[in-house]
Amino acid sequence: MWTDRPGVVPLLLRRMLLPLAFAAQAQAAGMAQVQTWTLDNGARVMFVESRALPILDVAVEFRAGSAFDPAERAGLAAMTQHLSRFGAGGLGEEDIARRLGEVGAQLSGRIDVDRAGFTLRTLATRPERTQALDMFARVVQQPDFPLPALERERTRIVTNLREEATRPAIVASRQFFAAAYGSHPYALRPLGDADGVRALTRDTIVDFRRRFYTGVSAVVSIVGDVSRAEAGEIARQVAGALPAGSVRPVPPAVPSLPAAQVRRVPHPSLQSHILLGMPAVSLSDPDYFALLVGNHVLGGGGFASRLTVEVRERRGFAYSVFSSLQPWLERGPFQVSLQTRRDQTDEALAVARSVLFEFLAKGPTEAELASARRNLVNGFPLRIDTNRELLDLVATIGFHDLPADWLAQWPKRVERVGREDVLRAFQRLDPQRLVTVVVGAADEPPPAPPLPHQQQPRLR
Amino acid sequence: MLRVSIPLRSRALLTGRLSMAALLLGTALLASGSTARPTVERVLDNGLKVVVREDRRAPVVASMLWYRAGSIDEVNGLTGLAHVTEHMMFRGTRRLADGEFSRRVAQLGGRDNAFTGRDYTAYHQQLAARDLATVFELEAERMASLVMQPEVFAREMQVVMEERRWRTDDRPRAALFEQLYATAFTAHPYRTPVIGWMNDLENLTIEDAREFYRRWYAPNNAVLVVVGDVEPEQVFRLAARHFGRVPARTLPRRAPQVEPEQRGTRRVAFQGAAQGPFLMLGFHVPVLRDAERDWEPYALEVLEAVLDASEVARLPRVLVRESRVAGSADASYEKFQRGPGLFVISAAPSEGRSVGELEAAIRAEIGRLAREGIAADELARAQTQLVAQHLFQQDSMFTQASRIGHAEMVGHSARVFDRFVARTRAVTAEQVREVARRYLVDDRMTVAVLEPTAPGQRKPSLPPRDTRHVD
Repeated sequence: MWTDRPGVVPLLLRRMLLPLAFAAQAQAAGMAQVQTWTLDNGARVMFVESRALPILDVAVEFRAGSAFDPAERAGLAAMTQHLSRFGAGGLGEEDIARRLGEVGAQLSGRIDVDRAGFTLRTLATRPERTQALDMFARVVQQPDFPLPALERERTRIVTNLREEATRPAIVASRQFFAAAYGSHPYALRPLGDADGVRALTRDTIVDFRRRFYTGVSAVVSIVGDVSRAEAGEIARQVAGALPAGSVRPVPPAVPSLPAAQVRRVPHPSLQSHILLGMPAVSLSDPDYFALLVGNHVLGGGGFASRLTVEVRERRGFAYSVFSSLQPWLERGPFQVSLQTRRDQTDEALAVARSVLFEFLAKGPTEAELASARRNLVNGFPLRIDTNRELLDLVATIGFHDLPADWLAQWPKRVERVGREDVLRAFQRLDPQRLVTVVVGAADEPPPAPPLPHQQQPRLR
Repeated sequence: MLRVSIPLRSRALLTGRLSMAALLLGTALLASGSTARPTVERVLDNGLKVVVREDRRAPVVASMLWYRAGSIDEVNGLTGLAHVTEHMMFRGTRRLADGEFSRRVAQLGGRDNAFTGRDYTAYHQQLAARDLATVFELEAERMASLVMQPEVFAREMQVVMEERRWRTDDRPRAALFEQLYATAFTAHPYRTPVIGWMNDLENLTIEDAREFYRRWYAPNNAVLVVVGDVEPEQVFRLAARHFGRVPARTLPRRAPQVEPEQRGTRRVAFQGAAQGPFLMLGFHVPVLRDAERDWEPYALEVLEAVLDASEVARLPRVLVRESRVAGSADASYEKFQRGPGLFVISAAPSEGRSVGELEAAIRAEIGRLAREGIAADELARAQTQLVAQHLFQQDSMFTQASRIGHAEMVGHSARVFDRFVARTRAVTAEQVREVARRYLVDDRMTVAVLEPTAPGQRKPSLPPRDTRHVD
């Protein structure tokens, strides 16, 4: 068993930093650039040649995440992705698994609100990668969705969903997204819900697949020990046979919340799980940089950030406390997250709210801001020091259609973020529209509505 | 990894085992030659061992300082102490203010953190290679000059208790795992959880933590591992400059605490707030002691892969897909341990199937394996997957440093990895059958069952009274 202090930079946030990091480093160190091109069917290819290890990583991702689920079939996108490996191109699931295993290759899937896709890691040497890519190409392009596998996986997933529904962290997350996104599809968990999954038929899956797994929607990312010419062949092999499709799907715009909401759900857990936040930002938002740097000061910057210092270090209220931004295609959430012993729920909540409101009202100090900018810029190399991270980076660049100059400008735009920018950008996080979720202790009265910041206890 | 200045196909960066991996996978990689730069090590006068592995793919470094001090070194009533000490290492020294360590690393754009296990505590930083001297200076400072303040300690204990609730108490399967170990081990300290029992945490004192630090945080009880864009001689010089000043100390005697042989199946039930039941089977098995001669640990690793390394491995194939008695099933085994080994099979019954049926099915599958052995292609696939994973791990400097440090903590040098591929490939089908036959048997087995308490029936589980108003 390993006990670790939790990573206070949430994974999703880190993911979004990758493209940025890469650009700056590439510029600074004269590193190889991402090479991009487009297949005949519209699939965008992102390639980074990396020769130091005989490893090849390939990802193919589509705009086919849970945001495209019909409301009554939550889980359709996830099932379509998940089921693809259980029979494809005329081979059964055992054949696929066996042939991948024979060459030591690893196939994994990915599903979130926007994206669905597949990742392959294989030895880059020719016999191994040929066999691995053959399997990968079938899974990506020719899934058969055999009925017995569907029936089995449907049952397993429903069981898993029911199991995770007992966990306070999952209950809190569901409540938060339901409150923050209402009837928008971002309200649903990417894995869906038990009723939706139970209702899935093979026809609905085949239809979803036909509509969303298209060339124009696809991004092929390749990192590893192959040449540009070889990468060209690989891209055609794993995505060239996809139908072109017509338009790239886009999730609906996220409406603004009309008012603050407080949801308290009783749960027998020893800790209350607390989430605060609201829809906030997409990656293409011009205020993204100001929000990124500001959030680093508030609760995204590890042990030096305000939330950690006030909630954890000074008061011992929580083991894990942080704030995060998830810049999705449409406005993804800003969230403050902590867990605390249930009998001190309201005290801890009050401290977290105070820190947040103080920050929204007054922003960071110049010193905090300088420190956050320095950490982000100096930390760039660490975000690209594995091929795996690079793969995630180029996949994100491709998926969000980020222009090359946007990337090149990134360090300067981080450096340029000033106090006024942060204050202005964080105005979108209106305390009068804040979603508060508490799962655990629910017997206490709901917290008072936010006070003007002058009346909040001073924390710093 | 992206720098064009690196010569193409610079296999010189890799160790010999990479080429070995390629050869054994039947590829032509060996043709590219192997002039590997070996992992190098040196012991300073004060006993601090320094291990360096060059990896020039990016201008960064992973630096880890490992202490041979984990929950195995705790005594009755003081469980969780190794981990509490880890937390306090961030909270001030003679020259560093509370939290300054992490702030200084953050200023450099670095990451830092730490983890505690049964056998060790490790502190790690990742940052630009040019800043390595700074983290050596900081680490040397807290190796020699930690200062624990009573009010800081009291607050940090609250954090640690929150961690226990977060990590274990509110996660029924984690709590079940704790019960499995508490039942499988009787005399050996592996019976206690790394995080510590809650009541022990409530009663730990600052003097306990100071004493633990004085006993174990000595250079001659530590190994410094550096992987990255560095020149080994320079790392040795830097290490000598910063850590060389810390005097060696006499380490306390370590009692072997050998676990008495288990005779007969042990069973434990645990009631937790879950939707469905869960099952864990733990078997006492050997770990790697004599790196030259022991073959069983390698056979057990192959067995683990045969059971769950892919969708086509035994447990998912037979239990999840064919009989559908399990919703999920996996196996785990760790051969690098200071204490005794436990081979663990974990599984959830599928809906409508009982935990008893599931246990019977798992034991039947183990029995078949012990009787009939495994097929040649099963063996080959498991070996190939292990070898490939071993290679894939070289993608991360942090993972490389972790593996080296982990091996060092249990008395093996980094050279143990040079033999990994050959030792794994040398395992025969008969040896896999033999370890299953010898060790995955009823008399060495502990069965732990999570009994779900229905949502309507369970009582709110409030913390004990004395923890409710501590501050």
